[in-house]
Amino acid sequence: MGPQPTRQAYGDVLIELGSERDDFYVIDCDIAKSMKTIEFSEKFPQRHINVGIAEQNAAGVAAGLATLGYKAIVSTYAVFGSMRMLEQIRTSACYTNLNVKVCCSHGGLTPSTDGVTHQAIEDMGIYRTIPNMAVMMPADYYSTKAMMRALLDYDGPCYIRFTRDAMPNYYGPDVEIVIGKGKVLREGCDLSIIANGDLLHEALKATEALVKKGIDVELIDMHTIKPLDEELILKTLAKTGKIITVEDHNVLNGLGSAVADVIAVQGNGIMRKVGLKDQFAESGPYHDLLHKYEMDSCYIIKMAEELLKK
Amino acid sequence: MNNKVMYLEEKARELRTTILTMIHGAESGHPGGSLSAADYVTVLYYDEMNIDPTNPKMENRDRFILSKGHSCPVLYSVLAQKGYFDYDIIYTLRKFGSILQGHPDMNKVPGIDMTTGSLGQGLSVGVGMGIGLKRSGNNARVFVALGDGEINEGQIWEAAACAAKYKLDNLVAIVDYNGIQNDSFTKEIMPMEDIEAKWRAFGWEVITCDGHCIKDLLKTFDYMKRFRHGEKPICIVANTVKGKGVSFMEHVPGWHGVAPNDAELAKALEEINGGDC
Repeated sequence: MGPQPTRQAYGDVLIELGSERDDFYVIDCDIAKSMKTIEFSEKFPQRHINVGIAEQNAAGVAAGLATLGYKAIVSTYAVFGSMRMLEQIRTSACYTNLNVKVCCSHGGLTPSTDGVTHQAIEDMGIYRTIPNMAVMMPADYYSTKAMMRALLDYDGPCYIRFTRDAMPNYYGPDVEIVIGKGKVLREGCDLSIIANGDLLHEALKATEALVKKGIDVELIDMHTIKPLDEELILKTLAKTGKIITVEDHNVLNGLGSAVADVIAVQGNGIMRKVGLKDQFAESGPYHDLLHKYEMDSCYIIKMAEELLKK
Repeated sequence: MNNKVMYLEEKARELRTTILTMIHGAESGHPGGSLSAADYVTVLYYDEMNIDPTNPKMENRDRFILSKGHSCPVLYSVLAQKGYFDYDIIYTLRKFGSILQGHPDMNKVPGIDMTTGSLGQGLSVGVGMGIGLKRSGNNARVFVALGDGEINEGQIWEAAACAAKYKLDNLVAIVDYNGIQNDSFTKEIMPMEDIEAKWRAFGWEVITCDGHCIKDLLKTFDYMKRFRHGEKPICIVANTVKGKGVSFMEHVPGWHGVAPNDAELAKALEEINGGDC
């Protein structure tokens, strides 16, 4: 299988789950084609709702269904899923601690050519600050499928974001994902790279290059930024003392900030954040954007070399 | 029928007494909208809804969402009177450690079907419940009480359109049409007239009633049943008076969110229990 957008994995796994269980609903906001949920809507119309271009209502409808014991998936783009319906999710789904699952495509800069209006760079940070909410981003096709399965069995509200653009495959079909538990992809003792989502692939490229240069990198897929795998962060910190976080998100309040929160109370170690530096990006090809805004493997390598001199 | 009306009128008087007593005890809260809701809430909880205070999570219970969550003293009062929790808990309203939060919390109070307080959200939740109940063959109905100020919120109209699309004849919205919102009269702040025409245009069955006449409310809820399988959601526009039952609170925007002091409470209770409301 060639590279796939992780939203495709979302659509595909919903079809599988639809045949396996009948305890969930999918609520679309007139972008079912783009969200890859259209097939689910055709195969399982009794468990599908399309509220039209009305995200705030979608959030409330999900909460209402969740009060009846259903798991309610709200399906939209990350900018709308995190901001247009934010307060509805906060009060009607998070305060109530209901099984509402906000599942969003177009995370980070992956809706590259769509431009700033559709690039969600604040979403994970926003949801990280809301009590009860779990926040995550898988990196590729199979980990997305596995994470969706874990998410449906997770008790409580969740936010997950997918990519619009195709991502290479790293994990195989048997990958196991546990919400709140990071995955060590390579063990090392010189430097830790903690990445997630689409930028895990940039981190993989950087790791490969650094290892070739003789740097023993520890690479971690921190797919869940809340609840955060603090134990794993402390473990890798003890080993390397140097951490680079890599995320397709504003460097404020996302993965990097979550990791920094843990490290700060330790009083040792040093870290750098790779991500969008508190600015809006622009339209353009995905990889060109990552390069221009210093979020690609070249920049991770540069950061690593700088950090190793400290 | 007359006995029933007299019984419900007495219950509504008790409800108003509890409402004012609890807000006075809390030294904060929203009397105006609680009093305007007191009569239809009485009829719903003492006559209309299929509920069991000993089994608040009963699967086929009718649901009630107080979307205008700031009026929660009316809901807390009726739940206390019906025995969902110990009556004396009303004295803990808004106090540290109380289950009776400033706005209703479904995870703290037995009998509360949805957490509310942020205006505009309750009808969408009702739509979600309505769809889920209907599709699972559960005959329960969902009642949602909306403020006439609250319907300024765009989300209300997103939900209204959605309820019509999904033919939710198990969903009943009650618009508490008391004409006053937080800052002043709705006509000055954000006029929504023609309210009936708007709901009708959104595909709802609309019934207008006197929201303080127990007899008319009984008649309205009875009339409503003819639309039970009519494939349209139902909107009851209840003509009400903000602060109803207490002369100095009626029609006064200032009583939207202020607690009565000792003297005001004494005067209010005297008026209510003088049988003159």
